[in-house]
Amino acid sequence: MNLKYNETYQEFRKEVRAFLEQNWTPEDVASNPVVNELKRGLGGGARTDERATEFRRAAVASGYLYRHVPRAYGGSEQRPDPLKATIIAEEFHGAKAPYELSNQGPAMLVPTLLAHGTEEQKTTYIESTLMGHIRWCQGYSEPGAGSDLAALRTSGVLDGDAWVVNGQKIWTSNAADADMMFALIRTEPDAPKHDGITYMLIDMKSPGLDIRPLRQMDGESHFNEIFFDDVRVPRDSIVGDRGNGWKVSRSTLKAERALIGNASMQRRTLDGAVALAQLTEVRGRKAIQDPAIREKLADLDARVCAAEFNGYRLLTAGHRGQDPGLAGLVTKLYASQLSYDIAMLALEISSDRAMLGQGEPAAPFDGMMMGSFNGAFMLALGGGAPNIQRNVIGERGLGLPRDLRK
Amino acid sequence: MDFGISEDQVLLKDSVRKFLEAECPTTRVRDIMESDTGHDAALWQGLADLGLTALPIAEDFGGAGLEVLDLALIAEEFGFACTPGPFLGNALGTIALQAAENSEAKSRWLPKIAAGKAVATYAAGEKIGVWEAEDFEVRSSGGKLYGEKPLVPFAAIADIVIVAALDSQTHTPDLFLVERGADGMTTKELIGNDMTRRVSTVHFDGTEALALGGGKAAIDRVRDTALVLLAADAYGGATRCMEMTRDYVMIREQFGQTIAHFQGIKHQLADLATDLTPTCSLWWYAAHAIDHIEDRAAHTAALAKARITDLFDEMGRKGIELHGGIGFTWEHDIHLWVRRSLFDRAFFGEASYHRARAADLRGW
Repeated sequence: MNLKYNETYQEFRKEVRAFLEQNWTPEDVASNPVVNELKRGLGGGARTDERATEFRRAAVASGYLYRHVPRAYGGSEQRPDPLKATIIAEEFHGAKAPYELSNQGPAMLVPTLLAHGTEEQKTTYIESTLMGHIRWCQGYSEPGAGSDLAALRTSGVLDGDAWVVNGQKIWTSNAADADMMFALIRTEPDAPKHDGITYMLIDMKSPGLDIRPLRQMDGESHFNEIFFDDVRVPRDSIVGDRGNGWKVSRSTLKAERALIGNASMQRRTLDGAVALAQLTEVRGRKAIQDPAIREKLADLDARVCAAEFNGYRLLTAGHRGQDPGLAGLVTKLYASQLSYDIAMLALEISSDRAMLGQGEPAAPFDGMMMGSFNGAFMLALGGGAPNIQRNVIGERGLGLPRDLRK
Repeated sequence: MDFGISEDQVLLKDSVRKFLEAECPTTRVRDIMESDTGHDAALWQGLADLGLTALPIAEDFGGAGLEVLDLALIAEEFGFACTPGPFLGNALGTIALQAAENSEAKSRWLPKIAAGKAVATYAAGEKIGVWEAEDFEVRSSGGKLYGEKPLVPFAAIADIVIVAALDSQTHTPDLFLVERGADGMTTKELIGNDMTRRVSTVHFDGTEALALGGGKAAIDRVRDTALVLLAADAYGGATRCMEMTRDYVMIREQFGQTIAHFQGIKHQLADLATDLTPTCSLWWYAAHAIDHIEDRAAHTAALAKARITDLFDEMGRKGIELHGGIGFTWEHDIHLWVRRSLFDRAFFGEASYHRARAADLRGW
C-alpha cells in the first residue's frame, strides 16, 4: 500500500500544468465554455471541434491522453499508472480542457479492435474514434434479445462481396449522431446460439438502414430503434472470425462494465447534490444545515469513497495480474444503485420543487439534478439489467448454482 | 502507487486465519465467552507467540514496528473468526502508549505487552455518546484521577488502563496510565450484548495515575485507529456471515432443490455482496491514511466505521433470515456474529454520529 505523490509525481503534475498553460488558454476555455459543471458531471460538454482535436493530438503526443492505446493507432502508449492518470484527469478537468472521450466508441469499440481487429481496421478507425471524428453506436439489443442477448435474430447473409443484413435493433443510444455501428449479427443460422453470431461494423448511412427515435420517460430521445432492410455491409467489415462474434463482444462488454463501474460520475453527481443542498433553502434554512440531509450525504460519500478506493484496488490488481474476484464483478451494480440513490437524495433536497422538470427556472439548478435521476436508469439498464448482474455476481462471485437457461 | 496489501500482509492474514481455525473454532469461542473472565490466557499467549501483540509496537520496545493497516488486517481476521478476548482494547492501549510522550512508561510496559506478558486497555467514552477528547470530564489533579469511564473493554483483567482525561492544570485533554489494583480504582463488569468482548465501568476516586503526555493529537489518533479496527472487525464478521449463509443455502433443500437455486435467494446474497465488497477498500484506505495521509484519516475512518458496521448489522440480520428458524437458535453459530455486530456499531459511537462528524469534516 503506497498512495504517496512522491517527487516524481509532484514533478509530473507540474509538467501537466505547464502543458495545459501552453496549450489550452483562457481564450480556448471561453471559446466554447463547458455548459455547466453539473451537465459536465452528467457526461455532457465534450468538445470535438478542430481546436479540441488539435489540443487532444498535442496531449497524446505528450503522453497524457489515451495512454493504453499504441502510438501506431493514435494513442500515447504509456505504462499504466493510476496515479499519473488521476493527476492528468484532475488537471485537465481543472483547466476545463478537452479530455479523453468516454462514449461507446473509445470505451468499447477501441478495446475490441485492439484485441481482435485487423491491421486495416485499427488504422482506419481507432484514431478517428479517439478524436470523436467517427462516432459509434452499439447494435446489440433486439426486441426479443435483451438480457438473453445471444437470442438475437438480426441476420446477415453473404452475397458476393457483401453481407445482406435484415432485422431490427433497439435501445441504441445516440444512433442519430453516430457515423457507424458495431453490431452483433446472426450469420450462421444453423449453428448453436452462441456460435452463429458475427461482430460487424456498419455504416449508419447505408441504404436500407432506418433510425427511429424512442421517447424516454423524461421526454428526451437518447435511444433509437434501428431497422435493417437488405442493408449491404462490405464482406471484410467484420471483426474476428465469422461466427466468433459472441466471444469478440465479450471483451467489449467487459470494457463497458469497467466504464460504467468507474466512480468519477458518482463523485461529480454527489458534488452536484452537495452544491444543490448548499444553495437550496427549505423552510427557512439551507438544506445542507438539515442534520437528516447531512447524514444522508455522508452515507453516500462513504459509498462513493468505497467505489473510488475499490477502483484503485482493481487497477492495482490489474497491474499485478491478479483476479480481483467479487471486487471486480460488483462494480456496475454498485455504481448504478449509488447513482440512483444520489439522484433520489437530490430530489429530497429539492423538497416540493422536485416536481418541476429539467430546464424549468423555478426548479433548483433548473431541474438539472432531475437529469441524473433519469441517467441512473440508463446506467442501471445499459450493459445488462440489474438482475442479470445479480446472476453474474451470485454465480461467478459467490459460487451459487446457475439459473435454468435455454 | 500501489493500492493493495503486500505479500507479507497476505502471509500475516493467512497465518492468523489458520491459527484461529485450529485454536479457536466456535466451540472454543463459546467456552471462552461463557467463562468467568471471557479471556483465555493460553489463547492470548498463542496470539502473542504469533507476533500479534508486538505488531504495532516500535522495534526499540521489542515490537515489529508495523502499521495500523497491519493491525486492521488482524482485526478483520478476528471479526471473521469471532475471536473472543482483549485484542481491541489492548491494541488501543498500545497505540495510545506509543503515541504518548512518556518514554519511561513506554520502556516499562511496551516490551511486556509485545511479549504477551501484560494486557493493556483504553478508557475513553464517558456520558452517553461522548467520545471526543475535548468533552471528557474525567480529570487528573495532582497526579490523581477522578471520575468514571462507563465503557472500558476488559478492564477486569487488564494490567494497565490508558485513560484519556482532562488535565485540570492545563485544561487540555491528555493521556494517563493506571496500573491494575491501583488505590481508588473500582471496576464493575457490565452485561454486554457481545459475549466475546467484555466491558466494564471503571471508577476513579483519587487514583494514582502517571501522566503520559501526547494530548489531543494522541487521543484523536487512538480514536481514528479504533474506528478503523471496528470497521475491519465488522468487515471480517460480515464476510463470515455472508459465507456461512452462502454455504447454508447451498445445502438446504426445499421444494426438491437446494434453496440456492431460487433467484430470490441468489439475488439477495448478490446484493449483500455488492454492498459489502467495495467497503474493504474503504477501511484499507482509512487504515493507511492514519499512518500516511494525515488530513484524510479522521474523515475516512468515520465513514468506514459508520458504513461497515451498518452493513455488518444488515448482513447478520439477513443471514439469520436466510437460515430460517435454525438461525435463531442458541445452537447455531450465526448469532455470535450478530451479537458482535452490536459491539462494533456502538463502541466509539453509533453510525449516525460518525456520519454527522464526517459531514463536518468535509466542511459542508
